[in-house]
Amino acid sequence: MIRVARRHVPIFTTLTLVAVTYLAGAIAYTNFASVGVARNLLVDNAFLAVAAVGATFVILSGAIDLSVGSVMALTSILIASLIEKHAMHPMMAIAISLAIGGVFGLCQGLIIEVFRLPPFLVTLAGMFFARGAAFVVSPQSIGIKHPFVADVLNEMLTLALPLGERGVSIPVTVDIAIITIAAAAIVLRSSRFGRSVYAVGDDESSALLMGLNIRATRLGVFTLSGLCSALAGVVFTLYQQSGDPAACKGFELDAIAAVVIGGTLLRGGVGSVLGTGLGVLLLGLIQTIITFQGNLSSWWTRIVVGLLVLAFVALQAQLSKREE
Amino acid sequence: MSQSPPLLQVSSLSKRYGRLVALGAVDLEVARGSIHALMGENGAGKSTLIKCLTGAVRRDAGEVRLAGRACDPASPRDAESLGISTVFQEINLIPHMSIAENITLGRESFRFGLIDRKGATQRAKVAIARLGLAIEVTREVGSCSIAVQQLVAIARALDVRARLLILDEPTSSLDRAETAQLFDILRRLKAEGLGVLFVTHFLDQVYEVSDQITVLRDGQHVTTRATNQFPRFELVSAMLGRALGPTSSPERTERACRESSQAAGVCSVAPLSNVSSSTPTQSPSPDNYRELLTVRAVSRPGSIERADLTIATGQAVGLAGLLGSGRTELAKVIFGMEPADAGSMFLDGATYAPRSPRDAIARGVALTPESRKTDGIVPNLSVRANIVLALQARRGVWRSLSARRREEIASELIEKLGIKAAGADVPISSLSGGNQQKALLARWLATEPRLFILDEPTRGVDVGAKQEIERLIASLIERGMGVLFISSELPEVVRTCSRVSVLRDRRTVAELSGDSLTEERVMEAIATHG
Repeated sequence: MIRVARRHVPIFTTLTLVAVTYLAGAIAYTNFASVGVARNLLVDNAFLAVAAVGATFVILSGAIDLSVGSVMALTSILIASLIEKHAMHPMMAIAISLAIGGVFGLCQGLIIEVFRLPPFLVTLAGMFFARGAAFVVSPQSIGIKHPFVADVLNEMLTLALPLGERGVSIPVTVDIAIITIAAAAIVLRSSRFGRSVYAVGDDESSALLMGLNIRATRLGVFTLSGLCSALAGVVFTLYQQSGDPAACKGFELDAIAAVVIGGTLLRGGVGSVLGTGLGVLLLGLIQTIITFQGNLSSWWTRIVVGLLVLAFVALQAQLSKREE
Repeated sequence: MSQSPPLLQVSSLSKRYGRLVALGAVDLEVARGSIHALMGENGAGKSTLIKCLTGAVRRDAGEVRLAGRACDPASPRDAESLGISTVFQEINLIPHMSIAENITLGRESFRFGLIDRKGATQRAKVAIARLGLAIEVTREVGSCSIAVQQLVAIARALDVRARLLILDEPTSSLDRAETAQLFDILRRLKAEGLGVLFVTHFLDQVYEVSDQITVLRDGQHVTTRATNQFPRFELVSAMLGRALGPTSSPERTERACRESSQAAGVCSVAPLSNVSSSTPTQSPSPDNYRELLTVRAVSRPGSIERADLTIATGQAVGLAGLLGSGRTELAKVIFGMEPADAGSMFLDGATYAPRSPRDAIARGVALTPESRKTDGIVPNLSVRANIVLALQARRGVWRSLSARRREEIASELIEKLGIKAAGADVPISSLSGGNQQKALLARWLATEPRLFILDEPTRGVDVGAKQEIERLIASLIERGMGVLFISSELPEVVRTCSRVSVLRDRRTVAELSGDSLTEERVMEAIATHG
């Protein structure tokens, strides 16, 4: 019997659930265990993974960001509009969108810190603002037909792996998601900013008396969250090959669900970005299984996710009760 | 100049908060390689002094020199870099991080741009070893005992080459063995030449470990003496601020009467015409003596070890003892805030074991808490709403009081207690401390309790309001109520109460009444070596 430290129980639970769900799918359905299904799992959930990384930082610091989905939509329609309507180079459009996402997050952080307002309400305002801005950019969705996007981003940068019978191609969006998770893991574990995020979320007044810069940490967290939302928007745009101002409504809640199922405490201080990655995988696997099942409406996914979130919240409560 | 300057030299340090003088020209000197105890009751200015030294607040005037150099830290971090490290009473660590991380957090060293985790572990091991401890530094801090957390906080404080270590009540949650271990470490640090400023209210510990004692009272420096030339009794009197001399009970009674009559008419809950003839300090006569509350050997780990108490109807009983002796804790047990683990209580002859303040209120017990601001008043509600709050709570949500009835009750009590407010509608936070306190008393009087627990009702109120509150208590017992009166001011306790129960180190150590109830006897009981 492997002994697991109490704070690692949730992440091991997630890991076990991922393994069990995958095995169950593989046993129940032929072709489930194929390379193609695994590839699609990654491709379909890459933008969720990126958005959930940002949400992990925010939740670890004890805050919340509700603007994620709207910022993704704003980024997506902005990229499409700049490329198709203003003849801008795609890389330039992407760079501008990322910068806007970061500045948007920083502004939310500044409002929260300077006026001492609750993150929930400030980012709720940000959610409406960004969604409105997305529709101002273009009320209709815009397809992207720029050759650079099709040829370079979606073809050249695709990794062909010699797996399975016909090989498998991994698009750049998956690489972005994996690199984001890896980079976030290093930042959280081995940078002063990362450790401050945990400290602020765990016990803010102690962190203050220990001489940490709480204000800078908070601002960094919200800037990073805005940046991650924008990057998730970029991934989403490449995935859809179009920009849509109505896309990703309520997507921040999916991101929060992935973070919670990945073992991060909603009150902050405990959790990891690797757990979040597993949480995203678990959500994707459930979706895949329900698709394979065939008879169930895909909305059953939401019901299962709801139950999972509830189960994890109960598990966390149980663990922290035993701590006392 | 052959003599080097002392490690810490504080001269005429002053700090005021608005009109309140928290510190008035305080002097303090801490030598290298010495443990200096800072003592004083609530409001003496200990915490303000520490806050000034650590840069948590800026002083208004005065000078601080550290090893001869002027020192004016702007923040705790600034103070740390100057060599002043502080361990606060409520331990400030990050619970879900390891011991090693807690020691190095915010001061990490880097390798290749990343935090050097191995180096941090190594550094933490050294810091822990310096304290002579053997703890695994990779353990999560939240899973360690309070004692270990305390030591980790000290290790963190020392990790920045501290020259002066300030410990704010470090032993308040430690048991005897843990305290002994802490003291071993302090002696070790002292031998290394560190200066330690040690704030505590445990007399035994002060005599065990300190070299010098400084006593503060009401923001003023009272005295600084070598510990071995400072008898306990004199220390207690210095802290409580009483010139020594026999105070016999007749005198006491006379004074109480004189004061009552001086301002009779300002405050009148009961008919006060005969207050000056029947003194509040007299015990009830034997024939109408009826026990109201009996507390027998009550204990609750970590707050009270063994307390006994008896209160009769129409009697005011005082609880005396130093800060941390268990006075407030006992009050909380009686009011059901912290249910007792062992022992028994009886109210009106029937078993009394309240599980919540709600139970206690239902049995006719009322309490005004020590921290009026945080536990008592609802600052933004009107004076009237604050007064009818408890009565409404007692009636339940469904039987609401009519607006007219509320108006009547509030105006009646405002008038009777002489609460000075611009009207019943103004927010209670706009009142002075004394008037807020009276409004709180009014709240409970509206419920007509039989036992009234008053925890430090006179703290932070002016002299006039103090007298009014004393007279109010006199009229309460006149009406047959039982009163449990907690105060750090001995003269007040001795004046108001016919019996005083003395607590020391969370135990009842003496009960004084009649002729034996004098300030001197109470102080003796507090100071006696446990």
